[in-house]
Amino acid sequence: MQQQRDRVTIDRVTKYYGEKLVLDDVSLSVAEHEVVCLIGASGSGKSTLLRCITDLVEFDAGRISLDGVSIHDESFGRNGLHKRVGIVFQAYNLFPHMKVVDNITLAPRKVHGIPREESEGRARELLALFGLDGYADSYPEQLSGGQQQRVAIVRALATNPEVLLLDEVTAALDPELIGGVLQVIKDLKGQGMTMLIVTHEMGFARDVSDRVCFLEGGRILEEAPPEKLFSAPEHPRTRQFLQRIIEAGRL
Amino acid sequence: MSSRRPTPAAAPAGRTLSPREKYLPSVISVTSVVLVVLVVRRAVISAEQWPRIKAQFFNLDAMVDVFPDVLAGFGVNMSVWAVALVVIAIWALVLAVFRSLTGPWFAPLRVFSIVYIDLLRGLPSLLMVLLFGFGVPALQIPGLPRSSLFWGATAMVLSYSAYAAEVYRSGMDAVHDGQRAAAKALGLSQWQTLRYSIVPQAIRNVIPSLLNLAVALQKDVALLSVVGVRDAVREAQIYTARTFNYSSLIAAAVLFLAATIPMARLTDYVARKDRERRLQRTA
Ligand SMILES: Nc1ncnc2c1ncn2[C@@H]1O[C@H](COP(=O)(O)OP(=O)(O)OP(=O)(O)O)[C@@H](O)[C@H]1O
Ligand SMILES: [Mg+2]
Repeated sequence: MQQQRDRVTIDRVTKYYGEKLVLDDVSLSVAEHEVVCLIGASGSGKSTLLRCITDLVEFDAGRISLDGVSIHDESFGRNGLHKRVGIVFQAYNLFPHMKVVDNITLAPRKVHGIPREESEGRARELLALFGLDGYADSYPEQLSGGQQQRVAIVRALATNPEVLLLDEVTAALDPELIGGVLQVIKDLKGQGMTMLIVTHEMGFARDVSDRVCFLEGGRILEEAPPEKLFSAPEHPRTRQFLQRIIEAGRL
Repeated sequence: MSSRRPTPAAAPAGRTLSPREKYLPSVISVTSVVLVVLVVRRAVISAEQWPRIKAQFFNLDAMVDVFPDVLAGFGVNMSVWAVALVVIAIWALVLAVFRSLTGPWFAPLRVFSIVYIDLLRGLPSLLMVLLFGFGVPALQIPGLPRSSLFWGATAMVLSYSAYAAEVYRSGMDAVHDGQRAAAKALGLSQWQTLRYSIVPQAIRNVIPSLLNLAVALQKDVALLSVVGVRDAVREAQIYTARTFNYSSLIAAAVLFLAATIPMARLTDYVARKDRERRLQRTA
């Protein structure tokens, strides 16, 4: 594979919540068109890392950059970073008082200045693409969990982000709904989207990712291509983690 | 005593209640209430003092006599109430938004809002009405209205806004953190986040509490009578002073009840709907 330039670079990032060390000297980069999966036990700091990249929380040391420019650089302005990096949350976080179409078009209209008609047209296209045509005028609470999560992904995509961060987007879903959402993400990979994905679905991680990182206690213990990490993990902790996952029947 | 009284929900499926089981509870309730009322009524009417009380408080002729004046006064109450309600709803929201702004540049607005709310929640509304209703007109500042109605109503608005602002604030606090995160991640500014995400959800959260405040305000507008505004209470007092009969106050009381009881019922209804909506969402 041809070596691509790095889009997101995380360089020795450390973060404390009060006294608690949550990210410990984490370094990681995601290249153009690359899909990197983050796996690790609950509380290992996966969500926190995504929140640091999107500047939703502050970190204490290190540097995160997009195309080599620090995310705290003034050139990003107030929302330059968020115009280029999208994030989908584990709990969807849709706006419950807005119709699906308004959820999706809010940022395009108010942040990117796209006229309502144009943004709604694009929203409907995306909804159709994600198997959600007919739901544009529904409210989030009228949708199933899987549909809500797909709406959340559409909302993040509606602003044409260059990089997409996904935080356990299937964790809250019933098993029969997971497949549809994962397929959507695989399609995105097919279109060349650069993604950093937190997931507990090991089979999915193996299929979709170019690289897998195992995070524990705020440190990246192991980083390898999926074939290697899942079949011959080097670190004993990784082996232990995967063993537990296999016992739980998730691989 | 030993008879079972299954509630409809507890009754086994397919089993129909006999008419006796269905209606007996209501019949018992109605009869017992009527009985108690009759007994109390009898005790009151047979009391030695009753004829005097009736003449002083429940004199129908006096009520009919004073009713047009009291009703006109009540019109003042209701108009002040309606206007104040709108102004309070807006001004309190502004205060709550000021208070919620983060960032060093907004510190003056934040501090203003905190001081305002602390002060005005700490002061009796009556004191505010006296201070504004008598005090400001007495200054005779050119260009400012001199009516005690205007200034008294302003005092009510200022005072109630402090409470309403706290209600809004609790509603904003109740909006899940994830909403702010989602809005920020989409690139919305702090102002846009409030405008499109937080405030609409907060308003929905607090409508029942705001309606409760509205009911309280409906009665408290009568405080304006102390600065000479000719509202229902003032008109009734004027009549009482002239005739030494208190029936006029009872007439005013009936008018207040006619307005506040339906409002309170509406509030209960909205609160119940709101609760159902939340339950549905968490289910
Ligand atoms: N707002 C916060 N305040 C204090 N501590 C926090 C906060 N958010 C997270 N933490 C702590 O930081 C650690 C990492 O949390 P994080 O949410 O990043 O874990 P995670 O790997 O995403 O876990 P999960 O798989 O359960 O989502 C946890 O120990 C958590 O208790
Ligand atoms: Mg998490």
